[in-house]
Amino acid sequence: MGRGRRPVPLPIGILAGASAAFFILPLIGLILRAPWAELWPDLTAPESLLALRLSLVASLSATALALILGLPLAWIYARVVFPGRTVLRALTTLPMVLPPVVGGVALLMAFGRRGLLGQVLDAAFGIRLPFTTAGAVLAETFVAMPFLVLTVEAGLRSMDRRYEDAARTLGAGRWTVLRRVTLPLVAPSLFAGAVLCWARALGEFGATITFAGNFPGRTQTLPLAVYLALETRPDAAILLSLVLLVVSLVVLVVLRDRWLGSA
Amino acid sequence: MNIRHCSLVAVVGLVAAACSPSPSPTPPQGGGEQTRAVTVFAAASLTAAFQSIGWAVGRADPRLRAEFNLAGSSTLAAQIQQGAPADVFASADQPNMQKLVDTGLVMGSPRVFATNRLQIVVPAGNPKGITGLADLRRPGLVVVLCAPAVPCGRYALQVLQRAGVGLEPASQEADVKAVVSKVALGEADAGIVYVTDVKAGGVKVQGIAIPDNENVVATYPIAVLKTAHDGRAAQAFVDFVLSPPGQRVLAGFGFGSP
Repeated sequence: MGRGRRPVPLPIGILAGASAAFFILPLIGLILRAPWAELWPDLTAPESLLALRLSLVASLSATALALILGLPLAWIYARVVFPGRTVLRALTTLPMVLPPVVGGVALLMAFGRRGLLGQVLDAAFGIRLPFTTAGAVLAETFVAMPFLVLTVEAGLRSMDRRYEDAARTLGAGRWTVLRRVTLPLVAPSLFAGAVLCWARALGEFGATITFAGNFPGRTQTLPLAVYLALETRPDAAILLSLVLLVVSLVVLVVLRDRWLGSA
Repeated sequence: MNIRHCSLVAVVGLVAAACSPSPSPTPPQGGGEQTRAVTVFAAASLTAAFQSIGWAVGRADPRLRAEFNLAGSSTLAAQIQQGAPADVFASADQPNMQKLVDTGLVMGSPRVFATNRLQIVVPAGNPKGITGLADLRRPGLVVVLCAPAVPCGRYALQVLQRAGVGLEPASQEADVKAVVSKVALGEADAGIVYVTDVKAGGVKVQGIAIPDNENVVATYPIAVLKTAHDGRAAQAFVDFVLSPPGQRVLAGFGFGSP
């Protein structure tokens, strides 16, 4: 309040208002059309609970996997110069722009029963990923991990590296520096990246249904349940979508304020 | 700096997330001064046949142009109920057409224009040696069906019930094309789909017949919708589908006559 408050130029105000309305109107549409009387029976229906639980398990597993695999990648992008880095970074962020269904088909080509790596996994270990919960996690990780990698890479780049140098001159080993200096310094972007990745995984649809199929309790996550409910029980579909929205919104608002400070 | 960057990524993320699910209907084209465009919402199992019919319609009447939105019948019915700009609806089952009749969206009464039956679809060469529905229960076999919410899934359950075969599929796909593609890609060993989809699946798949006493006959109704922006053009398209030339095209794709 107070400091530097100036009137907003009218054209900017109008465009910004239109842009906000563009995002908010669809939400209002959903809220107005929702059959609130059926809220409780629809939400506590066995298939809804099954889908909700699977969605939480799969999206959290995908986020964990993205942290384990994505952090080293982000670190290398930010700290190591090597030929082809730009191309590699583009390749690993491709899922952000790829139609998710295409991503699902590509995953089948790689990890399917006849896929490049999939047939080896099947022959050597009897592991088949399509139509399993592990397959749903894999599909979500594929689509969501780039959000984490890019966010953490940006955090690592904008961090003041002199703290690391200082720690090193004071005798800290590389592992200690990483654990006690680097990671705490990039914690905000690490956290923001993980939240974004989780939110994207929670809403994932195309790659999951293409690669992992759709079976209640095994691979039918909430977005898949919403899509199929739209066919027979549109009211339930609206309510389930609202659940997805509320969960995501709460996480984005609360965690952003707590970890990144309100802007 | 750092925080600002994050919020930019956040916005990009939300947009991408919002864009991802479910294909949307093709918007109607404005149409030229002369041509009359008809937007046809047709069941996914009609994909190839209706594209061919669209071509034949254009040849019979150069001013008539058909555009298609192809998806599961129940998705289409839901889209039409939500106000999607459709002129004609061709459903793969009666209940979804009835939904629109009940909500007063259909002009006149729907007419059956084709029939279809079910077949077991397997990869070309039938590597697992499947001969009938009973084989689908074999342990270790990966079977995919349509979801019970869509017509092909409902029919598949009826067929399995008639044959006295109880099985749990590996997946309940959202539409019939997804079942065929899972089999064609070798991810699934077998599925139950329409005869016409096996035919449309090409050389990568083959069909195993289901005997008449276990099979079901799917009837396909077609109707002009009250929301049609050019009712006469829409009726012309429906008339063509029901005419001998239209029926010949459908027969070529494996459909039975009404």
